Amino acid sequence: MANVVLRDVRKTYTGGFEAIKGIDFEVGDGQFCVLVGPSGCGKSTLLRMVAGLETITSGDIDIGGRIVNQIEPADRDIAMVFQNYALYPHMTVYNNMAYGLRNRRMPEPEIDTRVQEAARILELSTMLDRKPRQLSGGQRQRVAMGRAIVRQPKVFLFDEPLSNLDAKLRIAMRVEIRKLQRRLNTTSIYVTHDQLEAMTLADILVVMNSGRVEQIGNPLDIYQKPATTFVASFIGAPPMNLMPLRADEIRSQFAGDSRAAGESGILGIRPEDFVISAETIAGGIALDLTVEAIERVGAETFVYGTRQHEIQGVAANPGELPPGEVIVRIPGAVAPAIGERIKAVAPRENLHLFSADGRQRIEL
Amino acid sequence: MVEHRPWNDIIAYAILTLGVFIVAFPVYVAMIASTHDAATVVGGRMPLSPGGHALENYYRAIFVGGSRTAPEPVGQLLLNSFISAIGIAVGKICISILSAYAVVYFRFPFRKTAFWIIFVTLMLPVEVRIYPTYKVVADLRMLDTYAGLILPLIASATGTLLFRQFFMTVPDELLEASRIDGAGPFRFFKDTLLPLSITTISALFVIQFIYGWNQYLWPLLITTQDSMQTIVTGIKKMLVTTDELAEWQLAMATAVLAMLPPVAVVIFMQRLFVRGLVETEK
Repeated sequence: MANVVLRDVRKTYTGGFEAIKGIDFEVGDGQFCVLVGPSGCGKSTLLRMVAGLETITSGDIDIGGRIVNQIEPADRDIAMVFQNYALYPHMTVYNNMAYGLRNRRMPEPEIDTRVQEAARILELSTMLDRKPRQLSGGQRQRVAMGRAIVRQPKVFLFDEPLSNLDAKLRIAMRVEIRKLQRRLNTTSIYVTHDQLEAMTLADILVVMNSGRVEQIGNPLDIYQKPATTFVASFIGAPPMNLMPLRADEIRSQFAGDSRAAGESGILGIRPEDFVISAETIAGGIALDLTVEAIERVGAETFVYGTRQHEIQGVAANPGELPPGEVIVRIPGAVAPAIGERIKAVAPRENLHLFSADGRQRIEL
Repeated sequence: MVEHRPWNDIIAYAILTLGVFIVAFPVYVAMIASTHDAATVVGGRMPLSPGGHALENYYRAIFVGGSRTAPEPVGQLLLNSFISAIGIAVGKICISILSAYAVVYFRFPFRKTAFWIIFVTLMLPVEVRIYPTYKVVADLRMLDTYAGLILPLIASATGTLLFRQFFMTVPDELLEASRIDGAGPFRFFKDTLLPLSITTISALFVIQFIYGWNQYLWPLLITTQDSMQTIVTGIKKMLVTTDELAEWQLAMATAVLAMLPPVAVVIFMQRLFVRGLVETEK
């Protein structure tokens, strides 16, 4: 049991490429932290630095009150689950799990107890004599988990562990991992590029972009109050609609709100926050859209529309906006026809406003 | 081929059969010759069916030895060949797997240079560097020894290259998982890399065993005592005679005996051999 603290951690590769540009955060004891971001944002590199597989250029990584910068991976008291599982192909499931313990010269009866226990938890008891190639993807995944569990480490590290599984199994394993982590109450850091995985698993969500942290927090807080346009478009699917607004449009739209006045900015509205309605909402926003495409998922339908050159602020004069596409989510399967003109409205409290460079959220 | 004309098949089979015949006929003649007595073989009209002297010829070849020209019995020569072929194969596997491990998994100064130096030795087989190699072996007093037969043939890059290519296909995550599991470089090599390399090792073993077995020039140069000859050089000596008829039936028996161990190695290791060259098991 331990917390993990990163203090101004940086990584510069020989050749000058800066992969990690100063990262600070803390994962409390027993918490589940998810690092999420697009590929190439440095999240895997960061995880591998915590594991000790990559060197740290500067800064400190602290696991359970001990700075581990110079400590070998084996001595950091961590266990890692790899994306391709990295099971030893020539060893049986049992030996795959026991290998790390044997290397630590644990007595054989103790190893057996731990492996049997892990196998029972993961429902692998009948497969202990098989080789990894005789297992399905999900079973291999569980063996990889078992290899981590038997070690009873201070910290679990997961490097996109579910991305090699098919969609159905991924959801099942996602729930399994969460249950397992709750049960063992082991501090965990989990890397994924799937925002849905990130939202569902995390106690703390760390959104990363090109080597920096964009936002850290509770997943719901991040969803409700994204700090930047990057976070706004990355968290939530389909992504938040972002529309640039000129200064005068902002003035007219948000008249009376001093924090929003003056400069140009970016307006964000989540597809799920729209309602298709002929009625406008006072203080809210209304968009006239021409329906271009419809996606029916069953329980919900996504309407892709193009904006008709104007944003109708209800409280103030409408200003002109550059044309762009807007996604509107509506419940059920009843949708407008393609080519139809619709009005999508959203209330004031569901609007997000960002500075023009997208780096800053403006509270409304 | 999309076309299926019976003539094509017939022609193809005819050509292939001819090829097999060209390769197999001399072998067949050698086997036949080793079963006749000297007079029949020398008589000029070579029979194509087995004669009745097989046991006698093979017994003489293995345990007694021929006449004055080849006094050493083939048994000793077979043993010499066997020791040097095994020595070359095992020695080569050892040094090449270790050097490939170093080149692939360790970062040290001039790693690339080291690899290229190893690579360049591909262009320097024993035949090319025969004089300097002879000098070195002579200075080290290794003439007429097994070490002299084995060591100079061990050093070349083929094995290193083969293992390097294999190691590069082993996923990095295995190494990383081993590191997290507390296995150092030696443990990783012993517990993970070596078991994964079994098929590659057997492929190399087959190649090197046959390479070592078939060596002619080098053993001829550095062995002066008859008891240190290998079987391949021994056959030749049986045929060089002065004022006497060569004992062809014994030479042929020896040739057949010389063929057997490589054939056995190929037959028994064929499955592993093919898998080692074709399939990678990860």
